[in-house]
Amino acid sequence: MSKKTLVEATINGEATEFLCEPRQSLLECLRDVLELTGSKEGCLTGDCGACTIIVDGRVVDSCLMLGVEANGKTISTIEGMAIAGQLHPLQRKFLEHAALQCGICTPGFLMSAKSLLDRNPNPSEADVRYALAGNLCRCTGYDKIVRAVLDAAAEMRGCGAGKAATR
Amino acid sequence: MAETAASGNFKVIGTRPVRPDGVDKVTGRAKFGADYSFPGMLHGKVLRSPHAHALIKLIKIDKALALPGVKAIVTSADLPEAENKSEQAGEMAVNPRHLSANILARGKVLYDGHAIAAVAATSPHIAEEALRLIEVDYEILPPVMTVDAAMAPGAPILIADLRNKEEGDKPTNVATHYQFKRGDVEAGFKSADFIVEREFNTAMVHQGYIEPHNAVGIYNADGNATIYCSTQGIFDVRLLSSQVLGVEVGKIRVVPAEIGGGFGGKTTVYLEPLSVLLSKKTGAPVKLTMSRAEVLRATGPTSGSKIKIKMGATRDGRLVAAQIWMAYEAGAYPGSPVGAGAMTIVAPYTVENFLIDGYDVVVNRPKTAAYRAPGATNAAFASETVIDELAEKCGIDPLDFRIKNGVQEGSPQVVGPPYKRIGYLQTVEAIKNSPHYKSKLTGANRGRGVASGFWFNAGMQSSAIVNIHPDGTASVVTGSPDIGGSRASMAMIAAEVLGIPMTDVRPVVADTDSIGHTDVTAGSRVTFATGMAVYEAARDAARQLVERAAKAWEKKPEEVELRDGMLHTKGNGVPPVSIKQLAPRFPRTGGPIVGRASLNARGVGPAFACACVDVEVDPETGKVQILRATVAQDAGKAIHPSYVEGQMQGGTAQGIGWALNEEYFYDAKGILRNTGLLDYRMPTCLDLPAIDAIIVEVPNPGHPLGVRGVGEVSIVPPPAAIANAIYRATGVRMTETPMSPPKLLKAILRHRSSAANAKAAG
Repeated sequence: MSKKTLVEATINGEATEFLCEPRQSLLECLRDVLELTGSKEGCLTGDCGACTIIVDGRVVDSCLMLGVEANGKTISTIEGMAIAGQLHPLQRKFLEHAALQCGICTPGFLMSAKSLLDRNPNPSEADVRYALAGNLCRCTGYDKIVRAVLDAAAEMRGCGAGKAATR
Repeated sequence: MAETAASGNFKVIGTRPVRPDGVDKVTGRAKFGADYSFPGMLHGKVLRSPHAHALIKLIKIDKALALPGVKAIVTSADLPEAENKSEQAGEMAVNPRHLSANILARGKVLYDGHAIAAVAATSPHIAEEALRLIEVDYEILPPVMTVDAAMAPGAPILIADLRNKEEGDKPTNVATHYQFKRGDVEAGFKSADFIVEREFNTAMVHQGYIEPHNAVGIYNADGNATIYCSTQGIFDVRLLSSQVLGVEVGKIRVVPAEIGGGFGGKTTVYLEPLSVLLSKKTGAPVKLTMSRAEVLRATGPTSGSKIKIKMGATRDGRLVAAQIWMAYEAGAYPGSPVGAGAMTIVAPYTVENFLIDGYDVVVNRPKTAAYRAPGATNAAFASETVIDELAEKCGIDPLDFRIKNGVQEGSPQVVGPPYKRIGYLQTVEAIKNSPHYKSKLTGANRGRGVASGFWFNAGMQSSAIVNIHPDGTASVVTGSPDIGGSRASMAMIAAEVLGIPMTDVRPVVADTDSIGHTDVTAGSRVTFATGMAVYEAARDAARQLVERAAKAWEKKPEEVELRDGMLHTKGNGVPPVSIKQLAPRFPRTGGPIVGRASLNARGVGPAFACACVDVEVDPETGKVQILRATVAQDAGKAIHPSYVEGQMQGGTAQGIGWALNEEYFYDAKGILRNTGLLDYRMPTCLDLPAIDAIIVEVPNPGHPLGVRGVGEVSIVPPPAAIANAIYRATGVRMTETPMSPPKLLKAILRHRSSAANAKAAG
């Protein structure tokens, strides 16, 4: 048993304080302490990517980070992706392309894809597959996910409705 | 009124709208089982066996109970004796005694990971600490890990009272022997010009859904219990939990959470009864979730198998005989899909003479569960490889060989009765005419392979309710957990019948008290059977709308019709009104309009798929890269084509993982050594190419919209297609899965040295 630590972080743009035990992962803090259950637990070993978040601009498996390590960090989770009820283009393209089936991996994929497009607005298919290789999806075979990300990138670059991804 | 498959004149069906639950799923708002929490909720963890096969001499829980924060511990002593009988539950036969002993071991553990006790505590970490304080004395027994070991004379017996019909009162590890035959096999082989005989071995593999199992149980002092969980079948969870707990079905309510994949693996219960048992003991809601290691060690993967197969063909490419011996690992308790495997293994072909023997064999591995077309993928790996070899011997293109021998309407099924209208040949033709198959594959170490697959699909029971709202919109209520976008299909079917936009239909998946019995989301049955119920319920609502309009207009119902969402009088009469305009009259014409249907769906339409795969083999490492993949599948009618393609692509991807990487790796003591997703290696998006999906639509005559169901069959062809492609790339016929680098490299080196020897000798 251990005493709790106060952690201060900026989460989805909000200054946030929470208490956590030293042994709690950041994923557990997000889900069980802050009720941000959009980040999912698939493995707790950093293999599936269902808990992917963005910490200070880098994609992180939140199951591999301790809650106490979040102190002073700027964190984005799936709950902060749509702004004021407006879906992010990636979210919209995932829906239009049917890029999800069960949807458990979707938040993680969206965070990884957002991080990619933040860094590289014009990725190739190979870039997309490389950037998403840390996220497992067992339903789709990835085909529609890759197309959705390419289409979202094209739209965000102002190329109109997804020439890059349709065929 | 509704369009039918025959008219084919659809407005909503066949389009690609955004799914109704989509926004929830891209914003993190959708609630999966592990996302539920309740005030005062406790957390449960399960103690699991570190041995593959052992007697439990003693379980001591006092130290664990004394740990602050621990509220209750249960063992099998807390469960009633369950009946030793085989009973149909959804798709599977269930033996309640075996089910109960799988949930909490009774006197004996039968696999590494077998549950022994469960703890409820104020935090999951405390529950985990408590597990370490439970002391168990074991008497370790020798593990029986393969069908060969389990079937050997004198093999250690797993289940003392297991008997089969053929061995009388002799203890055995063989639960059932299935046999299917047609014609005269010996005579068939005599008429063959070419005979190929091989033995195949496939490794146990897991469905690999990303969401681990979970359950929240809330037991009330009045004896009623509620379970929130991610499951493919809420009514099965209710039935199976009632059997394990010894509680009446009516006292349990199961609420479906969103489900993060299942593929057959979430059609039974593990944590659900434990959550209720712990809640009863503590008076608090109790949540249990599995770790990934628990999912791999202790939930139901699908069987590894050994298949000995001999097939013969005449010089002109006619299959004349097949003799097949197949044994599947059932895991710790009987119930492998070997029967299905035996009925699928020659299902795509008209073979006049066959003899198929299948054995369901218990081994010290987790009790298997369904996995997407259960039993068929193992079987097709064997038969579709041998068929490729026969086609080669006959000098016939492998697709033409399949077309020559392929089943069509009127051909006998393995069990006898003829197929109704099916689309097997069309799927093969679709691959033959695909840009992929027509393209030329060039480059060293590359090869192309094709293979086919069959799956029965399932009908069974479904219920549906269609409510018409005062604004002319509707809701459609079913009991089928939506595992891959089926809410969209349900809404589209209701919208098509009512003639309103799909966005005006809100689909709801209800709990077990709010909708009639509905069997599992499995067997590719939701769009087929629940879709049929939705179609009928929407027609029922449409009929009532017509009656109400007739009443309001003082006409006969025959004089009114519902067309494109408007109520018309036939011939001259009242100007048409929309459902919305009619709605204010509902109260005075008889009250709310609720369309209802419940049915046991007949007319199941079998599914066929054909796949083409290009590979490149690294001859130095044995690693296989998939360069291109195309799959054609008969959907009957694709309600939402994007989600049909998604099923085909997803099934193909799972088939590729099964073929190349995935396997349960046990050590000599029967301990699973790859309990994480780094070592149980499923395909990532870097491992796969784009997967082209060709939807073939040969309407199922047994469904009003022509639907067959599309969820499973695409997993069946890839392992054989890849083996056939590897053969063309390397000259090596692979006969075991996974065709992983070490295994393939070994085969390549063996092939090279035997070729060199042959050259030296010649």
